[in-house]
Amino acid sequence: MTAFRRTPSGGRIDRSIPIAFHYNGKSATGFEGDSIASALLANNHTIIGRSFKYHRPRGFLSAGLEEPNGLFTLGEGAETIPNTIGTTTMLKPGMKVKSQNAWPSPTFDVMAINSLASPLFTAGFYYKTFMGPTKGAWMFFEPFIRRAAGLGKATPDKGHERYDTRNAFCDVLVIGSGPAGLAAALNAGRAGARVILAEQDCELGGNLLSTQLESEENWRRTVNDELLSLRNVRILTNSTVQGLYDHNQAVISVGLNILEVVQAKTIIHAAGAFERPLVFQNNDKPGVMLASALRTYLNRFALAPKRRAVIVTNNDSAYTVAFDLAKADVAVTIAEIRAQPSGEMLSSAAQLGIAVFPNSGIADVLGDKHLQAVKLSGRHAVIIECDVLGMSGGWNPAVHLTSHGGIKPVYDERIASFIPGLFAEGQFGAGAMLGNFGILEAVRDGNSAAEQAIAKLGLKPTTRKGEEPSVSEERPYAIEPKWVLNATDKKAFIDFQNDVTLSDVKQAHQEGYLSVEHLKRYTTMGMGTDQGKTSNMNALAIMAGLRGMAIQDTGTTTFRPPFAPLSIGAIAGRSVGKHFRPTRRSPLHAWHENNGATFIEAGFWQRAWYYNWAGSTPESAYIKEMQVVRSNVGIADVSTLGKIDVQGPDAAEFLNRVYVNGFAKLPIGKARYGVMLNDDGIVLDDGTTSRISEAKYYMTTTTAQAGEVMSWLEYLLQCHWTDLDVHVASLTDEWGGMAVSGPNSREALALAFPDEDMSNEALPYMGVKDITFGGSTVRLLRLSFSGELAYEVHCPANYTISLWEHIMRAAASLDIKPYGLEALASLRIEKGHVAGLELDHRNTLDDLGLGKMASTQKDYIGRALRQRENLQAPDRWSLVGLELMEPDKKIRGGAILFAANDEIKGHGRGYITSVTWSVELNKFIALGLYKGGLKHEGEVIIAAFPIRNEQVRLKILSPHFIDKEGARLNA
Amino acid sequence: MRIPCPYCGDRDHSEFRYGGDATKLRPKHGTGDLDTWHDYYFTFENPKGPHTEYWQHVLGCRQWFKLTRNTATNAKVEP
Repeated sequence: MTAFRRTPSGGRIDRSIPIAFHYNGKSATGFEGDSIASALLANNHTIIGRSFKYHRPRGFLSAGLEEPNGLFTLGEGAETIPNTIGTTTMLKPGMKVKSQNAWPSPTFDVMAINSLASPLFTAGFYYKTFMGPTKGAWMFFEPFIRRAAGLGKATPDKGHERYDTRNAFCDVLVIGSGPAGLAAALNAGRAGARVILAEQDCELGGNLLSTQLESEENWRRTVNDELLSLRNVRILTNSTVQGLYDHNQAVISVGLNILEVVQAKTIIHAAGAFERPLVFQNNDKPGVMLASALRTYLNRFALAPKRRAVIVTNNDSAYTVAFDLAKADVAVTIAEIRAQPSGEMLSSAAQLGIAVFPNSGIADVLGDKHLQAVKLSGRHAVIIECDVLGMSGGWNPAVHLTSHGGIKPVYDERIASFIPGLFAEGQFGAGAMLGNFGILEAVRDGNSAAEQAIAKLGLKPTTRKGEEPSVSEERPYAIEPKWVLNATDKKAFIDFQNDVTLSDVKQAHQEGYLSVEHLKRYTTMGMGTDQGKTSNMNALAIMAGLRGMAIQDTGTTTFRPPFAPLSIGAIAGRSVGKHFRPTRRSPLHAWHENNGATFIEAGFWQRAWYYNWAGSTPESAYIKEMQVVRSNVGIADVSTLGKIDVQGPDAAEFLNRVYVNGFAKLPIGKARYGVMLNDDGIVLDDGTTSRISEAKYYMTTTTAQAGEVMSWLEYLLQCHWTDLDVHVASLTDEWGGMAVSGPNSREALALAFPDEDMSNEALPYMGVKDITFGGSTVRLLRLSFSGELAYEVHCPANYTISLWEHIMRAAASLDIKPYGLEALASLRIEKGHVAGLELDHRNTLDDLGLGKMASTQKDYIGRALRQRENLQAPDRWSLVGLELMEPDKKIRGGAILFAANDEIKGHGRGYITSVTWSVELNKFIALGLYKGGLKHEGEVIIAAFPIRNEQVRLKILSPHFIDKEGARLNA
Repeated sequence: MRIPCPYCGDRDHSEFRYGGDATKLRPKHGTGDLDTWHDYYFTFENPKGPHTEYWQHVLGCRQWFKLTRNTATNAKVEP
């Protein structure tokens, strides 16, 4: 079907640069300056897709961002980009363009049989299918609907596109570069403000790119050139402002690949307006377009309707379109909805040979797939053969962004549409945004908005008054609020992308879905990728009419970001793969890497899991590593522990308040294990704190809670206990540490530090000593996580590798071996030490068997709320040790615990927190939380693991599986 | 949202952590029974409108400070 022809001259295309591209596998040619849409129309591809539900043939409705039909898939394989808007994407050489939602082709579509099934797909189809008594139907329909509901398909393959996020700051962000935006940017730029001008199109100008008037184009070019010359003005083309957030923060998608977060001091909204379609039978037939689109295709893309165009309008703006078409030798007929359009326009029309039928409308659109003729309604019910039908139901200001902050748009009778409500602080509007549709009005608005922004910024206004385009003064805009031209048919479309018709809205009304938000969800109106830019206002108007209300009383649906479709890649930016979150490495990481460690992620940390000297799988390796610690000596990296320097005259008092046990009398050179609660009496963290000197302490926390504890201590000192003279500083990254554990650990350290007295008397259990070694401070702490005779050796991070290597070398004669996280965690299970898996922010001291630690001599954080009735209940889930009764089976972490006679169902009486093979007991053991805890010591219970359908018998024991008296620790 | 850190100046909200209602007086250490602490810790006004809260510039100078903010609009953020 040939609907358009290239005009021999004019337009913004460069006829000397042809561009070859592929459409659905076939070669085609356009010109530099073509959009995908204009190139396809020039190649007679007027049917470019099928509709969402009924698979009706569809063509381009618009020439802009609001396009509901013209979505394409670009590229192929891993480089596939689906759902590209053809009207706003410029043609590039070699581009591979594919239509969507049509099989095998847009002109012959197998699914068009859906048109016959259309009663199935009326309003509420999804709702009823999901929610109603027929919800089983979803199971049947789903694959069918998913295949048929053919928006583009994303590729699962990794492409070469790179994405990024960036940040920027400016004084004035101007959104849109039509006459209002250009004037605003120029005025603000001349005043010296840092300006960012964001334009969704590839060129500046907005609707000035669609003009025939030399004077308008001259003005556009002059302003464009001056803006380019101003160094304080940054111009972003192909850049759509997607969302506005508190304090004038804007998120802009720049092209496909970049997301820019702009912090603006002021914002000037000059986003323009979208033309509104009219509602009549078969208004979705290819060839029916927005009137303004015809003007853009003619003046910008040099595409004129082949012979004749019909324009149907309820307002003045479409006359400009008709006049431009007539001047390009297109025969034009106007179906004028209003009874009495202005005489001035009628005489201009007459001069150009344009027939105007007042008090008229469109009864139907005729033609097999593409429009071939239209039938007028009203007194002049004639049939007119034509190539295109341009419709104009007036203009809807693009109030989307101004509404993102929760400011409701308000109805303006003058333009029969919504304009922004009160602007947020530091935001101003100009031009068509405000319902001022004239070019001169827009320029004046832009200048004045810039002046307001400059005043708000406290800058000196420019002395150069903004020049205006030399065009004649414009008539005030006039519209009659009439959008529905016939009211009966199921083929009068409101939402083109989601196939919502007039009768769907009526059905929703009849079924009681009256609020616009319900209407939207029930009919899916406005829920496509175009977010109802062409449909929402008509739906509101129709619902208001059905309810006998004014449009202003029905209100609008909520506008949310993003304003237009954008690539998920740009949102993700570089936060993909290993960069999805930060990676933390111990200062000893390189040593582990070079010495056969396999790593495991623990929070953000990469930790040495096990070493290949002990085995090639974690299951085999950790047992050997544990054996080394229990029988000889091992060394493990504990640098991830939180390390906090606590200093000040009141440090002892401070620690005494935050730990449940006493710290006031901790002697210099001693460490103490401590537990902290939150204010609510729940366990926050545990660790050891050592007194290094009179007013200096060294606190360690668990790896997982290091940040939380640090922030908590700062909160207490800075917000509440300002009378305490204490400072805290994190040493977690500055210092590293290693555990040297096992019966031969003393000997190992004696070999490593031959000048130090390592005897039990000189450094007893829980003793701490700072020494100088190799020019650095080295802190020796006799702590044990494993239950063996053990030490921790801490030092500044940069020395850790040389110190570790020194100890390994010095103790080589003892056959010291490194052990990893798996063995470290298993050794502590044997010893019955709680760790992160048990400290789950739900348990009390008593739940963990630590109740006796709490001092009765002093106050501590959480003491009061620890006494809450439920926290004192007798049958809380509390810590137990468990051993496996069935030697050929396994215990699994997370298994649910039941009493022997319980039905295996529901949440049980507790669960397994930690499991290990015990090298000492030669069986599987575990820690768990169990209702009633050790009151059930000796009972045999069931651990169920439903997803593997496993059940095993366990016996409840004390969690201290080894060395209950602590003889080894004190050896 | 921008937050004016009293020490560093205006910074993006992502550099801060929220620390709760700052209009309630924490019972002095060593005082307060279960009810006093229960009221302090668990009962809040949750106003719509201006409210004073604790915030920490956790990815900056690490200072805690009080901030008054309109909870509905985030307007009038001030230290």
